[in-house]
Amino acid sequence: MRNERSLLKQNYHAAAWNEPIIMQMGRKGERGILVPEAEEEIKEVVGDVLSRIPTDLRRTEPPKLPEISQPQVVRHFLRLSQMCLGTDLNIDIGQGTCTMKYSPKVNEYLARLPDISELHPLQDEETVQGILEIIYKFAGFLSEISGMDKFTFQPGGGAQAIYTNACIIRAYHAARGESQRDEIITTLFSHPADAATPATAGFKVITLMPDENGYPDLEALKAAVSKRTAGMMITNPEDTGIYNPRVREYVDIVHEAGGLCSYDQANANGILGICRAKEAGFDMCHFNLHKTFSSPHGCSGPGCGAVGVRDYLEKFLPVPVVEFDGEKYHIVYERPFSIGKVRSFLGNIPVVLRAYAWVMSLGPDGIRDVAEVSVINNNYLAKKLSQVSGIGMSYPKAKCRLDQIRYSWEQLRRETGVGTEDVRRRVVDFGVQSYFESHHPWVVPEPFTPEPTETYSKDDIDEYAEILRYISQEAYVSPDTVKNAPHKSTITRIDERILNDPKKWAMTWRAYLNKRHSWDSQGQ
Amino acid sequence: MKPVKKRIGLIVNPIAGIGGRVGLKGSDGREALRKARELGGKPESPKRAKEALLRMASIKHELDILTYPHEMGEDEARECGFEPIVIGSIKKGETTSEDTKSAARDMAEARVDALLFAGGDGTARDIYDAIGGRLPVIGIPAGVKIHSAVFAINAQSAGDLVMMFLREPAELWEAEVMDVDEEAFRRGLLSTKLYGYLKIPYQDRLFQGPKRGSIAGERSSMNGIAEYFAEEIEDDYLYIVGPGTTTRAIHERLGLPKTLLGVDVIRDRQIVASDVNENQILRLVCDKKAKILVTPIGGQGFIFGRGNQQISPDVIKKVGKEHVIVVATGHKMASLGGRPLLVDTGDDETDDMLSGYIRVITGYRQELVYRVGLGKCF
Repeated sequence: MRNERSLLKQNYHAAAWNEPIIMQMGRKGERGILVPEAEEEIKEVVGDVLSRIPTDLRRTEPPKLPEISQPQVVRHFLRLSQMCLGTDLNIDIGQGTCTMKYSPKVNEYLARLPDISELHPLQDEETVQGILEIIYKFAGFLSEISGMDKFTFQPGGGAQAIYTNACIIRAYHAARGESQRDEIITTLFSHPADAATPATAGFKVITLMPDENGYPDLEALKAAVSKRTAGMMITNPEDTGIYNPRVREYVDIVHEAGGLCSYDQANANGILGICRAKEAGFDMCHFNLHKTFSSPHGCSGPGCGAVGVRDYLEKFLPVPVVEFDGEKYHIVYERPFSIGKVRSFLGNIPVVLRAYAWVMSLGPDGIRDVAEVSVINNNYLAKKLSQVSGIGMSYPKAKCRLDQIRYSWEQLRRETGVGTEDVRRRVVDFGVQSYFESHHPWVVPEPFTPEPTETYSKDDIDEYAEILRYISQEAYVSPDTVKNAPHKSTITRIDERILNDPKKWAMTWRAYLNKRHSWDSQGQ
Repeated sequence: MKPVKKRIGLIVNPIAGIGGRVGLKGSDGREALRKARELGGKPESPKRAKEALLRMASIKHELDILTYPHEMGEDEARECGFEPIVIGSIKKGETTSEDTKSAARDMAEARVDALLFAGGDGTARDIYDAIGGRLPVIGIPAGVKIHSAVFAINAQSAGDLVMMFLREPAELWEAEVMDVDEEAFRRGLLSTKLYGYLKIPYQDRLFQGPKRGSIAGERSSMNGIAEYFAEEIEDDYLYIVGPGTTTRAIHERLGLPKTLLGVDVIRDRQIVASDVNENQILRLVCDKKAKILVTPIGGQGFIFGRGNQQISPDVIKKVGKEHVIVVATGHKMASLGGRPLLVDTGDDETDDMLSGYIRVITGYRQELVYRVGLGKCF
């Protein structure tokens, strides 16, 4: 029998090194590595390389890099790593829609083998037959999983994959002489990239609001379609975790109007091996290999948004594509109808390799288990959270909840003044990441969206639910403890309003210095 | 010397809400008030004011409350454990809207940091008449009529807003002051008019709805709408432009002045007529091609029939539903919480024609398809 102990990590405290930014460290002239002078013989063979750099490209003064010794650099980055909570370090249930799951270490080992890490994208195809085979076969797996006919792995992430699909929709209508079709329909609870990327591709974006049960308003769709409809780009299940079982009807309405339908399956965890984009009538889809297929997110990459299309859209896929002639694999660029490139070469190959290894280790039954276990986990967490005061479920009447649910702390906020942002700051005191609330706009008040994927054990889920239960109780008894959180973390609070103020952003150290100068002069 | 403590003005309209439960449409005017009392009506405002004040109890030593005597704030503040600074004088039990106005003026004079008031649309209008946009205000909803957008979602939220306002500096935002259109009322129509704008501290969730947004995001949405409109605007069409801050942003983009509370007409990017009434519009339209540009007015999402009655059923019928353009920021649409946009033009046929679904421009090349319902019951 397990030891009876509190589920909460009451003694947790995050590392708080108060580490400066590396640009503020070190001293002038300090060096991490002293590069040895080249030997005379080498100099003779190589000659004067520097004089070949055109004068107008030469720096007149060296770049302002940090000047700092090696031990300090190592210490600095180890400290930073201690102040981060990654998926290998915490119960990452709070990051709903991100599909945080365990990335088996053996797959990481494979991806780091020199056979992979030393491949060059410009190598002759004769010398890379092995990896081309993996790419080709993995595309076959995804065809089986989705029903689509052909895949590309070129997009480096989900949004880029959706953008690729928007470009394919544009190319399809242009090829048919129907460029007046300039409207893409999406839904409010689809991922925001389903609105943002078609806008980038030049489309107008028409959004459908949810009906009273959280489903996209079908009547609004009927009112929205016209001769200007280029297509519909949606997720299902949506952000709320609600699966729309009538999705085929929506697809049919758009098809009748002459549009294409693109299925955002970045997160396919709840339906993997159970239902397919093809049978729902979609013309194209995409999967995030760094979500559903277990490759790590890697702090914004490298990722891969695998795009799949039906046979009648194959010719529009980005170049190059991998073809197999029965004996050899080929990298093919000559495709006159292609939308071109959205990124260079064949994509982030190590990501494809990890996903391939993950699928091979599971097999078809294992793939289906992933979906079933994640749905069971989600329902178990829902049951636990239904016993927590102050939590409500968005659209409680919607029956089909799959792998995640958008909850609301609205009742807690009404009764105690403690809202979702307060709880979000408080959870980190128990050694888990601050959670994901919702994409914008916040239609569900005081939202949060946990997603307990197949990775998490019953104990993990119990611990996570206990953290939320404890904080809810705290909100009723001593709300200020929650409002002033975190108490045990690396940093205390940040003013989130600056996130919306471009004047307060700095993408580089130089921009920071410039902007700080102007703040100072304005007396801010 | 400037006081270290922040100072909040408190005005309770002691009779607000008295007519609600007894079926009256408000308590403005002595006759209505007498009737309400006779029918056994009880004011909502003292209770609501206290709910808001109790929410602020934990910081009561960190602020000074400046208020008017007795039932206009003093009683409520004391009952909640505050020690208010009481100014002005009233006739106990016989206060009128003049007392609200003089209280607002006195508090503006005393330079309070913000004004917290409990009441309804009439109270908001009195404050607007007295001090315009001189002070940031926070409305505790306690009246029968709450069409104005200056009110918090509920009394507790009003208290939370004061707390937040004291904790960190807030940007200010214009919110509509609406009240019953007395002229229309005398003609037997219940309809509201847009009176003006008061400044509220921007805290979207507690004021207008559940969406997290930002003042910068809001401005950029308006700019996006304006840019899109400027691209799509067609020559040879008359544009009948309703009141509102979003339509004002469009005029600004075109370099044109805008009557904030009224209807303007533009054509070929020039003003044809400003602040027009129904007849003027009808004469201008005559048999010309025209479009109507409106934005929801007030907190309830009316696109026709509240604050823009100059755009009458006859005008709408002449122009046609397909030429009605609705603009609103995504924030404003989200704040409707799924409720439909509303129309109440006073003509059933026109209302029926407008109901169903309509496109709403929410940003640069961004639109919603949104439900339009009948607003008669509101």
